[in-house]
Amino acid sequence: METLLGIKGPDFVMLAADTTHANSVIVMKEDENKIHKVADNLLISTVGASGDTEQFTEFIAKNIVLYKMRNGYDLSPKSAAHFTRKNLAESLRSRTPYQVFMFIAGYDTTEGPELTFIDNLASAQSLNYAGHGYGSMFCASIFDRYWHPKITQEEAYDVLKKCVLEIQKRLIVNLKNFNVSVVDKSGVRQLEQISSKSLLDYNAAA
Amino acid sequence: MSILAYNGGCVVAMRGKDCVAIATDHRFGVQAQTISTDFKKVFHIAPRMFLGLTGLQTDILTVRDRLMFRKNIYETKENREMAPKPFSAMLSSFLYEHRFGPYFIEPVVAGLDPKTMKPFICNMDLIGCPNEPDDFVVAGTCAEQLYGMCETLWRPDLEPDQLFEVISQSMVNAFDRDAMSGWGATVYIIEKDKITERSLKTRMD
Repeated sequence: METLLGIKGPDFVMLAADTTHANSVIVMKEDENKIHKVADNLLISTVGASGDTEQFTEFIAKNIVLYKMRNGYDLSPKSAAHFTRKNLAESLRSRTPYQVFMFIAGYDTTEGPELTFIDNLASAQSLNYAGHGYGSMFCASIFDRYWHPKITQEEAYDVLKKCVLEIQKRLIVNLKNFNVSVVDKSGVRQLEQISSKSLLDYNAAA
Repeated sequence: MSILAYNGGCVVAMRGKDCVAIATDHRFGVQAQTISTDFKKVFHIAPRMFLGLTGLQTDILTVRDRLMFRKNIYETKENREMAPKPFSAMLSSFLYEHRFGPYFIEPVVAGLDPKTMKPFICNMDLIGCPNEPDDFVVAGTCAEQLYGMCETLWRPDLEPDQLFEVISQSMVNAFDRDAMSGWGATVYIIEKDKITERSLKTRMD
């Protein structure tokens, strides 16, 4: 039901996530942040079974922080994705697998930007753009049309607006607000929320 | 639908005269939705040996990582390069260790023996039953189509450049009839003195 989106540019990665927390047919919360800042250069966005998202993301995040305390340097985004995938793959063959879908987004001064798609089966793939959840079905074609290798942060934010507009138009589930965060060489920043209000006078054709 | 066909993809390997070829498609999908078009399922694991893995993507990554670990331990202990034959035996026993909770993959091994330079190809099912024919091996969601193409195009003692043409045509024409595979391909030709990697642009629909 919930939706995550991610775009990688030449020197940044931008993530968007809806803020709805629903239990069955009831909306419990409208302001939940699903994009977690893990380190100075690393973001993890997670959706899935509600308890698992919290538990698993916290386990990964705290271990990445522990790695930095032990070694004095950050885990690279590639390594963080590998660590996350390995843990999820081990949990997959346990009695109680974590049901989580996530994006690991990071910027490394030597390796550059990295966006890794990880699903509930611990399939992992480094990508330029992708989505998780029902909303992502409407966004694949928008990404295909508007993404290009030299995309800027402004353009990426605009693509995310187009995606949210389409989700709110076509998806039966009501996803009102989307948090947007970006990670680049200067670290992690939260951008202005995309909501039905902020899209009122948005012209997608322009 | 089978879990082996959840992510899609295919691999084929062929024997030639003093050479072998292995090819992979580029698609990574979740059921019918394509997520990525640059996922290569063939891995360079020794100077003259490649491992191709089709099936569930999560298990492709896990098996690749765990086999590399075992291979590196072997090479450290023995202080020599691992040949394709013992590697396949190791892979087979590794898969059979998980007989009652298998990794959902179908592997293909292709390479030249480091000492004799004899071509070697091998494939297995998901629990490690090995098959070592002297023509070609196939795996993946379009295995049937690949058998048909290989059966008609392959002949004994193909030279490296002929082998490239045969494996490429087999691959492309097989996966164009399969929605779960395709979106480009990569072909590796292994000869005793060189390895050639070529990318194929194919239909994107």
